[in-house]
Amino acid sequence: MKTRTLLLGTAALLALAPAALAERGSDGHVNIIYWQAPSILNPYLSGGTKDVESSSLIIEPLARYDEKGNLVPYLAQEIPTVGNGGVSADLTSITWKLKEGLVWSDGTAVTSADVVFTGQYCMHPEGGCAQLAKFEGVDKIEAVDDLTVKITFKEPKPNPYLPFTGGQGPVIQKAQFENCLGAKAPECTEANFGPIGTGPFVVTEFRPNDVIQMKANDKYRDPAKPAFATLTFKGGGDAAAAGRAVLETGEYDYAWNLQLAPDVLAGMAKAGKGVPMAAFGSLVERLEMNLTDPSPDLPEGERSTAKHPHPILSDMRVRKALSMAIDRNLLVEIGYGQAGRPTCNLVPAPEIYASDNTDCLVQDVEGAKALLEEAGWTDTNGDGVRDKDGRKLSLLYQTSTNAVRQDFQALIKQWWAEIGVETELKNIDASVFFGGDPGSPDTFQKFYADIEMYANNFDGTDPEPYLSAYTCAKAPRPETQWQGENINRYCNEEYEKVLAELSRTGELEKRGELAAKLNDMVTKESYVVVPLVDRGRVSARSNSLGGVILNTWDSELWNIADWHRIK
Amino acid sequence: MFNYTVRRLVVAVPTLLFISLIIFLLLDLAPGDPMAQMPLTVPPEVKQKMREALGLGEPIHVRYLLWLKQFFLVEPLHIFDSLLGTDLAGDAQRIISWQTRSPVADIIAQRLPQTLWVVGLAYLVGVLIALPIGIISAYRQYSVFDQAGTFVSMIGYSVPPFFSGVLVIVIFSVKLQWFPSVYDTTHNVVDWDSFVHQLRQMIMPVMVLALQTTAQISRFMRASMLDNLNQDYVRTARAKGMTEPTVVLVHVLRNSMIPVVTVIALGVPTIFGGAIITEQVFKVNGIGQLLITAIYANDIPMVQTLAFIFAVLIVLFNLIADVLYGVLDPRIRYE
Amino acid sequence: MNEAVTTKREFGLPPPRSQWWDVWDQFRTHKGALAGLAIFTAILLAVVIGPWLWPYDPTYADLRSRNAGFSLVHPFGTDQLGRDLLARMMAGGMVSLAVGMTAMLLSVVLGTLIGVVAGYFRRLDGPLMRLTDLFLALPLLPLLLVMVMLFREALSRRFGPETGIFILIVTAIGITSWMHTARIVRGEVLALKEREFVLASRSIGTPPRRMITRHILPNVMSPIMVSATLGIANAIITESALSFLGLGFPPDFPTWGRLLFDAVDQLQLYPSRVILPGVAISLTVLSVNYIGDGLRDALDPRIRGR
Repeated sequence: MKTRTLLLGTAALLALAPAALAERGSDGHVNIIYWQAPSILNPYLSGGTKDVESSSLIIEPLARYDEKGNLVPYLAQEIPTVGNGGVSADLTSITWKLKEGLVWSDGTAVTSADVVFTGQYCMHPEGGCAQLAKFEGVDKIEAVDDLTVKITFKEPKPNPYLPFTGGQGPVIQKAQFENCLGAKAPECTEANFGPIGTGPFVVTEFRPNDVIQMKANDKYRDPAKPAFATLTFKGGGDAAAAGRAVLETGEYDYAWNLQLAPDVLAGMAKAGKGVPMAAFGSLVERLEMNLTDPSPDLPEGERSTAKHPHPILSDMRVRKALSMAIDRNLLVEIGYGQAGRPTCNLVPAPEIYASDNTDCLVQDVEGAKALLEEAGWTDTNGDGVRDKDGRKLSLLYQTSTNAVRQDFQALIKQWWAEIGVETELKNIDASVFFGGDPGSPDTFQKFYADIEMYANNFDGTDPEPYLSAYTCAKAPRPETQWQGENINRYCNEEYEKVLAELSRTGELEKRGELAAKLNDMVTKESYVVVPLVDRGRVSARSNSLGGVILNTWDSELWNIADWHRIK
Repeated sequence: MFNYTVRRLVVAVPTLLFISLIIFLLLDLAPGDPMAQMPLTVPPEVKQKMREALGLGEPIHVRYLLWLKQFFLVEPLHIFDSLLGTDLAGDAQRIISWQTRSPVADIIAQRLPQTLWVVGLAYLVGVLIALPIGIISAYRQYSVFDQAGTFVSMIGYSVPPFFSGVLVIVIFSVKLQWFPSVYDTTHNVVDWDSFVHQLRQMIMPVMVLALQTTAQISRFMRASMLDNLNQDYVRTARAKGMTEPTVVLVHVLRNSMIPVVTVIALGVPTIFGGAIITEQVFKVNGIGQLLITAIYANDIPMVQTLAFIFAVLIVLFNLIADVLYGVLDPRIRYE
Repeated sequence: MNEAVTTKREFGLPPPRSQWWDVWDQFRTHKGALAGLAIFTAILLAVVIGPWLWPYDPTYADLRSRNAGFSLVHPFGTDQLGRDLLARMMAGGMVSLAVGMTAMLLSVVLGTLIGVVAGYFRRLDGPLMRLTDLFLALPLLPLLLVMVMLFREALSRRFGPETGIFILIVTAIGITSWMHTARIVRGEVLALKEREFVLASRSIGTPPRRMITRHILPNVMSPIMVSATLGIANAIITESALSFLGLGFPPDFPTWGRLLFDAVDQLQLYPSRVILPGVAISLTVLSVNYIGDGLRDALDPRIRGR
């Protein structure tokens, strides 16, 4: 009996504990370090992750994605669906209702006019809004009443949740940004550096590319939150330094995106001041095969265009053999550790969209060799490199400069050497590689190489825009100033048919099936895209920081209002 | 000498204009894209719109002339306004950084204190240590002191800061926990305690940077002293019965300063340029970090402005060095 | 000197003991310089001949023995991909030494030439020094990016990917690091020009070319020697920065600077990986420095007689 009372007492204490802690600002100061420093707090003017995530402490969208990829209402009362009448049955409009009694940090009320204004701000033709794609297909946004906003689309939209959700779609205050439309957007430095928001924190000092000081928003809708009175958001340095500051010296409480070698991270974690956490999203490190000929002998303007098919990689057997020779498990072990898992899919998540394709996970060197023999590539002169019709099986393999990618290059080069493929490696500074400068030969879009490696993902949880990259029209070529998302120059009528079907389908299960089919068409059925690693996000928190739930579908700091100090 | 200085200053104007043009062309020619750091999920059409919003659609000469006007007219007017409270600049567009969409000059002003504190102090410390080391090493050539000095300064110079910086962090921050590994740029010195904190956070970056300066300058000082210690005039001075300190510290030192003055003068502008790697390692976030992030982000207005201010300082300090040559050795004349 | 030798031969005299023997005799008395020479030769031999004798390929990843410590099979251990570190050190040394020496030579020759010409000929002083100002002011990284963009492919095609990039890197480092030498040499020349022995020599009508080679150059040797030693360290480190930025050698091409850079994150886990390349670079720079010291003494006629 006595023990039971004791237990009950403890249970009661435990239940009470959060309540006792829950008082705004009672936990003092929290330090966050991002090794990329935020340059602006307006995500509509910069699409950089660092800017989106830092601003997510201050401004909020109507709804966010949680750690499982489900939408949860933030400024909205509930998530509109066809079921509750929020989404029209023909999928051409969505109606959001704001929570009642919301106020901005300056004390004025949040109304539907602010939401409508945010839409105008981003859709202004001269504004250069980074999140414009979220508003694609939007016909009009109108305020039905003070708390109700209706978004009408030009045509049925199976995924109507793009505008005003997630870290990239926060609502900004009309009163503050009214004079910042279009070309005037960059002139509003004060607003861009200190937006008035509804989030748990407000900016007290912003030093671009360096540090942000914040304090708790005393108008925040939950009177008990946030637990921290002040916050420092430091930027700069590199991932190793950020990891060290949390895991080894304990100077900081939270470090973002620790892209470090697994043994280095484990070594840091041994110091015992904090823990690394991992979560997976849709980021996939992959090899992209060039289906067109990048030979420097071709005249400029014809290199890497559909005019000349690739002399080696046009044969699917070669592409498949290259994929079979790779041991993805070892790549994960060496490069990512807990932050990676081998994958054969372009769309690895969410579950309903992911294909069950796993046949690439086992390395098969002999199979790869046999396949190359079958394709007519044999080593006629005994130099260890296969050839056919006087042409050596030799490939140029490029990627951006990054320690893990260079390790991958070295390993893959060796595996390919085993099956008789000679590889020349090249690495390019990331700001050039991922830049779209049409004058540079080294951009990933121009693809003046046979194979290239990088990682890509999609926003939110719907892969449709991501899969629609692989259409003939989106191939980068001189006429498009070398812009375009179809890096491989993949062109398949059947694929485009299925894609069109996907864009007409609203039913979730059917969408999942179609997406998986598209995924399989570019991966296991053609090996145009050769996925390697499903890359998670690793961030670290100090032992005393509680309430952190790592989320890859939205800003990592999505639930910062719930963070608290463990005592 | 006065005429020479005035003439050099006059020539400096077209020189600097020419340098600014070359820098502009170079930055324009360099591959890269201000949109490179955007996530790949942002579609190319949107990126193109953003580029146009930055003014990248304009032809190059228009952009260059606009920058000239902004740098030489709008920004000085703006400084004038903020000092006197007038409104001469009016609504004229200032130089706007592409990354932050805010005036470049404001950010530079915000960054200068950190850089001057850390890099400037390190330079001062480095020079003050290097001169006596160089003099003693030369005077007692091949003594234990000289050998040790050579050894330490050569190792100091051949170990790059990306290594020495991390090494001192591991030793003093991680193992001994004496100093913070992250520099707090918002820290204000108001009393003794905060001054001690400022010292603690500065000591590691200053140490790493000063090592490099010391190594370089002490080598030049030593070599130059050695050259002069064997000259005839030294023998004459000694024969006349001058004391050894007078001979070494007045006659030899003065004649040995020319290369050292050159090196020091070349180093002063780099203080403003900041220390890219050291600032990065210690998260000092001064001008060096500003420049490197701007280069990575292809923030052309920012890089152009920083590089140009840097050019002005280089021209200025090289002029000062030339004037100093004449002071050190009156036989040098410029006509 | 050659001129003098040939004239004496024409007179039928026995070839005299060359001046270089005197220099060597003086050099031999400098213990530091001899030790430096020995170490430098040893390093040179190790990186040139070593790869022929050592059975491991620097790029071969032995996946079963990753992160191995010191052992007889791998005296320096292996890295995270199981590549033999001794082989990598030797291969890396070859590239680093070649880049360091060539880039240093280029920068010192260029710097000395411009410095002497600017200091000696008053008319050229202005333009040359403004050119120096221009080069000092150019932002290095965009300059390198432009050079890589314009010339990498052309050079690769002409000389093959490795030689092409070698030429590119050496040129890039050389032409971005001569300015200090030029300014220093010019300053010294300005002062030297007004010294009595130069005035005397000029008054007997010595042509400028001989003035420079006979009187000016030997007297500016010491700052040049210092520039040269510092220049090697600088070139090796700059190369690592270039590789790090993806502007340097292909990623499977080890260099000392690169090995050092890659290992910094593993400083606590595998300290030897940082120490080895660090020591190699420092030893090279130290030994070159001592050789330079000895050479400077040996070339100075005033010291040589003593």
